[in-house]
Amino acid sequence: MPENELIQNLDLDEYKYGFIDQETHVFRTRPGLDEDIVRQISERKEEPQWMLDFRLKALRTYEAKPMPKWGGDLSKLEETLEEIYFYVKPQDQMERSWDDVPENIKNTFERLGIPEAEQKVLAGVGAQYESEMVYHSLKDEWESQGVIFDSIEDGLKNHPELFREHFATVIPPADNKFSALNSAVWSGGSFVYIPRGVHLETPLQAYFRVNQERMGQFERTLIIVEEGAQAHYIEGCTAPVYSTDSFHSGVIEIVLKRDSRFRYTTIQNWSNNMYNLVTQRALVNENATMEWLDGNLGSKLTMKYPSCYLMGEGAHGSIMSIAYASDGQHQDTGGKVVHAAPNTTSSIVSKSISKGHGRSSYRGLCKVYEGSTNARSNVECDALLINDTSRTDTYPYIEIEEKRSTVGHEATVSKVGDEQLFYLKSRGMSEEEAMALIVRGFIEPIAKELPLEYAVELNRLIELEMEGSVG
Amino acid sequence: MSSTPILKIDGLYAKVVDQDISILKGLDLELQQGEIHAIMGPNGSGKSTLAKVLAGHPGYEATAGEVIYRGEPILEMDPEERACAGVFLAFQYPVEIPGVSIANFLRTALQARLEGDDEVDLFDFQDELIERMKLLDMDPSFAERPINDGFSGGEKKRNEILQMAVLRPSLALMDETDSGLDIDALKIVANGVNKLREEDPEMTVLLITHYQRILNYINPDKVHVMVDGKIVQSGGPEVALELEDQGYSDWKEI
Repeated sequence: MPENELIQNLDLDEYKYGFIDQETHVFRTRPGLDEDIVRQISERKEEPQWMLDFRLKALRTYEAKPMPKWGGDLSKLEETLEEIYFYVKPQDQMERSWDDVPENIKNTFERLGIPEAEQKVLAGVGAQYESEMVYHSLKDEWESQGVIFDSIEDGLKNHPELFREHFATVIPPADNKFSALNSAVWSGGSFVYIPRGVHLETPLQAYFRVNQERMGQFERTLIIVEEGAQAHYIEGCTAPVYSTDSFHSGVIEIVLKRDSRFRYTTIQNWSNNMYNLVTQRALVNENATMEWLDGNLGSKLTMKYPSCYLMGEGAHGSIMSIAYASDGQHQDTGGKVVHAAPNTTSSIVSKSISKGHGRSSYRGLCKVYEGSTNARSNVECDALLINDTSRTDTYPYIEIEEKRSTVGHEATVSKVGDEQLFYLKSRGMSEEEAMALIVRGFIEPIAKELPLEYAVELNRLIELEMEGSVG
Repeated sequence: MSSTPILKIDGLYAKVVDQDISILKGLDLELQQGEIHAIMGPNGSGKSTLAKVLAGHPGYEATAGEVIYRGEPILEMDPEERACAGVFLAFQYPVEIPGVSIANFLRTALQARLEGDDEVDLFDFQDELIERMKLLDMDPSFAERPINDGFSGGEKKRNEILQMAVLRPSLALMDETDSGLDIDALKIVANGVNKLREEDPEMTVLLITHYQRILNYINPDKVHVMVDGKIVQSGGPEVALELEDQGYSDWKEI
C-alpha cells in the first residue's frame, strides 16, 4: 500500500459520539471571560464568600500567567477562549433518578450506555452535561458505609469543613495557567470521600458530555481516600463534532491517606475539535498506592500528565497511559512522579500510537528529593508509528537529588513494519485486520488493565480507526 | 497421478521492487497435488525469492512468466487472498508480534477466512487448537505466548508448523525451515510436517533448503536444483544425495 494512498484515505467520520442534541439550557454566561462572569458563576452556585474570593484571586493569577510555550500549539487558544461559553447550566437542579433528568439529556446518556452500566457494574454514577452535574447516584450499600459520591457543588454545601480542608491543597491555583483558569470558573465534577477501611468493590464512574458548540467545560474533582480505604473511579468524556473549537480543562485532586489504595481511570474520547488541558495530581501518603490509568484517544490537543507526589514512606505511584493521535491530533501526555520520602516506588508505562499526520509526545518528570533514600522509579515509553508521516517525540525530565535511589528510563520507537504486515497477510488477514492486530498487541499490557467494557470499546475503536487507515 | 498440477510455474522472472536485476530468470516448475518437492540451491540462487513471490511479498515483483495455482493465475492476487485459497508460507525468519498470543492470532486468521458475519466459535476453536498441539506434541501453554516474541530459533519454527497445522493449507511453501536448527529441533519440525502429511496426503509441500539433512527426515518425491534463478536439474531423491557428495561446485560455472 503506497504511503500517500494510506493517508488520503484516512477517515475520521467514524467518531460515533459526534451526535448533537437539541440545545437546551436554563442559563448561560455571555461568551468570553471577565470578573463579572466569575461573579455570576459563584452567585448562581450560592457560594460562600471565601469561594468567590478564591475564584477572583485565581482569575488574576490566570490573567497574569503567560500562555505556555512548551507542549502543544496553543497559539490560537486565546482567540478560542474569547468566543466560548464558560458556564452553561443545562437544567435547574441535579437529579438522583434518571426519570427526573430532562428527556433529551437522559437520551444522550442512554445512547452512551451509562444507565445500563450503572445497573450492571458500577457502585455509583455521576453525569455531567455542559457545566453541571445533571445526575448523581450512589448505591445504598455504599452510602450506608459513609461513602460520599456527590457533585462538587454539593460537596461544598453539605460537607464544608471536609471540603475546605482539602480543596486546592493538592493543586493550588498558581500551579499552572490552566489550573488557575479552572480555579476561577470551575463548575461540576465530583466530590468523593471513602471512609477509613472501606473497600469499594465496584467502580464509581463519572461521565462528562459537552453538547453546546463553543463550550468550555471546567470540572473540578476532589477525592479523599481515608486510611486503609480502597476504590476505583472511572471517567469518560465525549462531545459532538463542531467546526469551531471547544475547550475542556479539568482539575482533579486526590488525597490518599496512609495504607489506602486508589485507581483513577480516564478514557478521554473527545471529538477532534476539543482542547483538553487537564491537571491531575495525587498526594500519596505512607504505604498508600495510587494508580492512574489514562487513555487519550480523542481531542485536538491534549496536554495531560497525571502526577503522583509520594509524600510518605513506602508510598507507591503508578501511571499507565495510552495515547492515540490521528490526523489533526496532538497528544502531549505522560506522567510525573515526585519522590519525597524514603522507600517510595513508582512506575510510568506510556504507549502511544500515531497515525497519518498525528503526533504524540511523551512528556514526563521523575524527581527524587534528597532524603528519599532507596526510592525506585522506572519509566518505559514505547511509541508506535503507523505511517511515515506520523510523528512521535519523547521529553523525559529526570531530576535526582538523592544518590541512594534508582531511576530507570527506557524508550522505544517502532514502526508497523512491512514484514509484520506481510506475515499476518500471508495468514489470510486483510491489511486492516493485520494493522488492528498489531496495534492491539502493542497496547495489550495497558488494555488488559482496563475495565472489560472499556477494553472492548478500545478494541472496537482501534478496528474502526484501522479500517479508515487503508485505501 | 492427476494431469492438472496444483502449482505450475512457467518462465517466471522476478526482481526486488525498485531494483533492476532479475533474481528469478525463467523458472519452470510443476507440482502435482499431494507431492513433496524439494528445491535445493546455494546461497543467492533465488530460493527464498521464489517462496516470497509465490506468497505475494510486496517487496518483490514478477516481471514475466506465469504462476498457476489450482488452475488460476495468482500473481495478481493479494497475499491474503492466496492464503485464503490455501497457500501457506512457513517463514525462514518468522516475525515478532508483541502482545498478540498465538491463539488470538490463529483465531483472527481463521476468522479472516470466513465470509460475512460468520464467526469462529470460541469453544470449537479451543478444542481444535488443543487437538492440533497434541498432534505436534506441543504444550498447550505455548499458544498463550506472544507470537515469536523472545522465541528461540526452534520455537519460531515450531510455531510455523503449528500455524500450518491449524490453517490446513493445500500448498505449504517451506522456506529454509531447517536453517539454524540443531538436530533435535530439526527432527521435531520434520516430524510435524510428516504427521500433517499422513493426516492429509493431499497436502502439497514445496521444501526449500540449502542442506540435504532435512531430507533424511522428510522424503521428497522430487528434488530440484536451483542455481542463478533457474531450475538446472530435477530428479528423484538421489539428486539430493549426489549434491551431498559433490556440493554445488559443479554449478558454479553457470
